[in-house]
Amino acid sequence: MSTYLIRNASVLGGDPVDLLLRDGVVAEVGSGLDAEGAEVVDATGLVALPGLVDLHTHLREPGREDAETVESGTRAAAMGGFTAVHAMANTEPVADTAGVVEQVWRLGREAGFCDVYPVGAVTVGLQGERLAELGAMADSAARVRVFSDDGKCVSDAVLMRRALEYVKAFDGVVAQHAQEPRLTEGAQMNEGELSGKLGLTGWPAVAEEAVIARDCLLAEHVGSRLHVCHVSTAGSVQIVREAKARGVDVTAEACPHHLILTDELAATYDPIYKVNPPLRTRADVEALRAGLADGTIDIVATDHAPHPHEDKDCEWAAAAFGMLGLETALSIVQETMVDAGLLDWAGVAERMSYAPARIGRVADHGQPLEPGSPANVVLYDPSVRRPVDPAGSASLSRNTPYRGMELPGRVVATFLRGRPTVLDGALV
Amino acid sequence: MKRHLLSAADLSRDDAELVLSTAAELRSLADRPIKKLPALRGRTVVNLFFEDSTRTRISFEAAAKRLSADVINFSAKGSSLSKGESLKDTALTLEAMGADAVVVRHGASGAPHRLAHSGWVRSSVVNAGDGTHEHPTQALLDAFTMTRHLGSLDGRRVAIVGDVLHSRVARSNALLLATLGAEVTLVAPPTLLPVGVDSWPVETSYDLDAVIPKADVVMMLRVQRERMNGGFFPTPREYSRRYGLDGRRMATLQDHTIVMHPGPMVRGMEISADVADSDRSVIVEQVTNGVAVRMAVLYLLLGGAQPVGGDE
Repeated sequence: MSTYLIRNASVLGGDPVDLLLRDGVVAEVGSGLDAEGAEVVDATGLVALPGLVDLHTHLREPGREDAETVESGTRAAAMGGFTAVHAMANTEPVADTAGVVEQVWRLGREAGFCDVYPVGAVTVGLQGERLAELGAMADSAARVRVFSDDGKCVSDAVLMRRALEYVKAFDGVVAQHAQEPRLTEGAQMNEGELSGKLGLTGWPAVAEEAVIARDCLLAEHVGSRLHVCHVSTAGSVQIVREAKARGVDVTAEACPHHLILTDELAATYDPIYKVNPPLRTRADVEALRAGLADGTIDIVATDHAPHPHEDKDCEWAAAAFGMLGLETALSIVQETMVDAGLLDWAGVAERMSYAPARIGRVADHGQPLEPGSPANVVLYDPSVRRPVDPAGSASLSRNTPYRGMELPGRVVATFLRGRPTVLDGALV
Repeated sequence: MKRHLLSAADLSRDDAELVLSTAAELRSLADRPIKKLPALRGRTVVNLFFEDSTRTRISFEAAAKRLSADVINFSAKGSSLSKGESLKDTALTLEAMGADAVVVRHGASGAPHRLAHSGWVRSSVVNAGDGTHEHPTQALLDAFTMTRHLGSLDGRRVAIVGDVLHSRVARSNALLLATLGAEVTLVAPPTLLPVGVDSWPVETSYDLDAVIPKADVVMMLRVQRERMNGGFFPTPREYSRRYGLDGRRMATLQDHTIVMHPGPMVRGMEISADVADSDRSVIVEQVTNGVAVRMAVLYLLLGGAQPVGGDE
């Protein structure tokens, strides 16, 4: 295995140091390290972060290999600086058995661009009727710890309670897609002034907030931990903040698109902006940023959701929900949080690496860049700005809402256990 | 005028008044033995209807034919929503046929907007009703009908009554009538008013009896059968009692007040038969005016350079 010497990297935005990556771990950190036998990577002017961990990725395999495969999705992840992703369960077949999660896990190992941690479905077939074999998935080779019916809400209160209780046996967590189904029947966009004007069925904030409030109370009642997926409203942030203040073991994520885009974009009727939960108002965006800054929102998760062109090149109501996110996540966090003075690079490492690894109980990721840590590293150049070009994506899909937008930053290199998956901004 | 007519908001006051005055000239054709003008000879108008709407399609068809355009009717039952041919492929087909204007009715809000702005077609797009969004030519024909009875709409009071939430007619009328200076009041139970309606250029009320004695126009909206069991109101009977226009309520109207309905009516639900058939009702006239207004829209979008009436 090659040895890499990273010269003059600004670890978490600090003073430049050298990092020696050898045998899959960070061997040494310091100034003027010996380059004997090592390949040297000049990281002058680059920020070094621990490899990013995504708790919310749709890799689409098995079932929708026309949209994404484990291989293409992990390539996109590596290009975005990720060394670990959690693959959501809403595949075809659904990842609700040990067999399917082991298949996804194995595909991730074979692809080799980043580690893939399958998320198990909470209920059989995401149907919300009875629990899937959560224990079997936890005990499988995939060692599942995160369970979610993402795309659908575990709306039945009893079922949610049982799931929260049951996963305690193997230190699992239920990641809830908070969407009250009856309040969102046929919903297309954020409910507000604009939805009424555009004639698109509204998706009220309360449909998200009511479920989050209930789940916080349930988690408190049964003493379980709860993770809330893609928080999108100011009210949700406040509910999580209050629950945490009471001591509820709840964590929450925000998606990059909810940190930067607003519901005004629906006025184009271009379904590239159609996503679940929907883009919200400027006030919600500001509340999410503030929540991410003060730690109410623990992590940034991409909800990377690839879709083939035809599922977006149509009328709004017929289009699929979701947008790409892996390759632009760090740039958007820089734009909305770092450059805005809300978060420093240590904060970015916490929100995009340490905390998601803790929530997902992933031991080999989310470690500080110190001697002995796994050599999962991303080198990032925050000084450049570049327009987003969908054609340049490593994903099989092109449904990025940032087409033509100029965003800051560029992932220069990603190392997975000391092996580069990205070098000079290109896949290795 | 803009190249497309997608929303009543696309029309400035000058645009709207131009459509209405053009329609007034064209309206006189309806009373002549030969109802045809050569204005759009050689041009092709496609009626692209993804939803059943016999009356709107026939109205556009008659309008285009009276202007001597070639008309292609394309009933695309089953949009991409039901896994039929996609809107895009249908549009590309029409483009290949050389359509100059596409008149589109679609169940999805914004579908005409997509057609006009996605680079699929180069022709003018006329929205003939999209989902719960807009129906701008209906608003134009309603305004035209009002002006024939009331003259200028400046300061006139228009009550629009019923299922505003799901009504594209109400949306387009609210926008256009505000542009033309009328004072609009939307009357509905709270469950059938859209979120954010307070930002519209209208008043709202839950009380029909309080509003109609001051109104110059009372426009009743259809309540679709599928809404009746959707929990928006307890029963059709209760709806009729609170929001239906019957003979008793009609007696409270001013002498000059007209009663309108975009059709199709549910007699006995939002409007009683004696009101629908009364002298105040201009519902049949709305249909006649619809052809003239749609002729004006097609003429102005496609032919506008020459004066109406050609060589006469």
